Amino acid sequence: MEYKAITVTDLNKYIKEKIAGDETLNNILVKGEISNFKLHYTGHMYFTLKDESSLIKCIMFKTYTSNLKFTPKDGMKIMAFGTVSVFERDGVYQLYCKAMQEDGMGSLYTAYEELKAKLEKEGLFSQAHKKKIPYMPKVIGVLTSNTGAVIRDIINVSTRRNPNVYLRLLPVPVQGEGAAEKIAVGIKLMNEKKLADVIILARGGGSLEDLWPFNEEIVARTIYDSELPIISAVGHETDFTIADFVADLRAPTPSAAAELAVPNIAEVKLKLDTYQNRFRQSLKKKTELMRLRYEKCMAGRVFREPLQKINENYMLIDNVVKKMQNSIITKYKDKKLEAIKIYSKLDALSPLKTLSRGYSITEQEGKIVKSVAQLKKDNIITLRFEDGKCNAKVL
Amino acid sequence: MEENKDMNFEDTMKKLEEIANELEKGDLDLDTSVTKFEEGMKLSKQCNKILEDAEKRISILINNGNAIEEQDFVPKAE
Repeated sequence: MEYKAITVTDLNKYIKEKIAGDETLNNILVKGEISNFKLHYTGHMYFTLKDESSLIKCIMFKTYTSNLKFTPKDGMKIMAFGTVSVFERDGVYQLYCKAMQEDGMGSLYTAYEELKAKLEKEGLFSQAHKKKIPYMPKVIGVLTSNTGAVIRDIINVSTRRNPNVYLRLLPVPVQGEGAAEKIAVGIKLMNEKKLADVIILARGGGSLEDLWPFNEEIVARTIYDSELPIISAVGHETDFTIADFVADLRAPTPSAAAELAVPNIAEVKLKLDTYQNRFRQSLKKKTELMRLRYEKCMAGRVFREPLQKINENYMLIDNVVKKMQNSIITKYKDKKLEAIKIYSKLDALSPLKTLSRGYSITEQEGKIVKSVAQLKKDNIITLRFEDGKCNAKVL
Repeated sequence: MEENKDMNFEDTMKKLEEIANELEKGDLDLDTSVTKFEEGMKLSKQCNKILEDAEKRISILINNGNAIEEQDFVPKAE
């Protein structure tokens, strides 16, 4: 038999077709541990799936990654569903993943979703029930492990924000069997003895299994029943536990929880100083305004020359008096002229004038004699002249 | 001092803001302005005192049966 050479391309094409024709390889569920995980900037995920003795290259395209309920990491045990196919260029076969879930976590996920739905329906996540975090808590209770980075982070952030902060750590186990119950007891204890004004319930990052105590019903209900406000800070920013949903406030990380619980004292002091300045400034402004008003008032004419107005009034009175005087004088002059006119008329009509021209008036017993018939012989008559009178006897 | 203990810090800060706004509006008469000013200064000094009187304490609660013991706490370096 003679062999006929074919190209590499043809070979890979042939293998690809063979594999594509296999039903099992088209839809397969594989379990293994993730290693060499890379999230490419295009959004596709590249990794290998391995067990103790073998490995396979895997790829998950961006189209599918948005459906993932967890963030794949090296070392994670998963189950991947997909298709095995050949990448012809490199001559490699790989698993094209369409879905993944954490192996062994399936039941935990279901429990989580079920409890979450149940508590949500009961109203444990209700915004209306959430208590306000006090602005200036005197004592901050911290429920977490007494070892590890979490408590150190909280202490560091808290003391940086408030050098005189009062933190009370109640150590509790944050993972493993019995942790949930101990966390619940701790929250109750803080409440019963009023050991804090606000509680931080914290734990560092970990797998879903590690964070599990914070997904247990007993913890959720104790948080709900707590009279003290609770800030939860469990795991990383991307982890949402049921404790986070029930808590009065959820912090993405333990450090963030400390920032939410402890006010920055420097800022508060600055604010207080600003208030004092504002008070001083506005009072200063007020008195300044009053002073200006007073000065404006005193600068007025009334205060500057108080007698001027009075003098003006005097002048007015004088004017009126003068007017009155003038009118009286005028009237008097008019009357005088009138009188003179009457006098000269009188003068013209006076008989005395006639007497001066040599006429005389004859009177008998005080009566003027107007006719000679009134007189008889020996009557005594009086003759009146301009300059006097004399008696005479009729002959 | 008793007054300080019962004082709600957040409410007092709100009160200070109110007083500042009222004073800055400027339509209060002088007597009221002075009264408000004195109140504001008093409250802000009380707040300052609370901040200054606070003492740093990092403690750990140890539950030994019935009683709870409080001890100073120093985190262990890892």
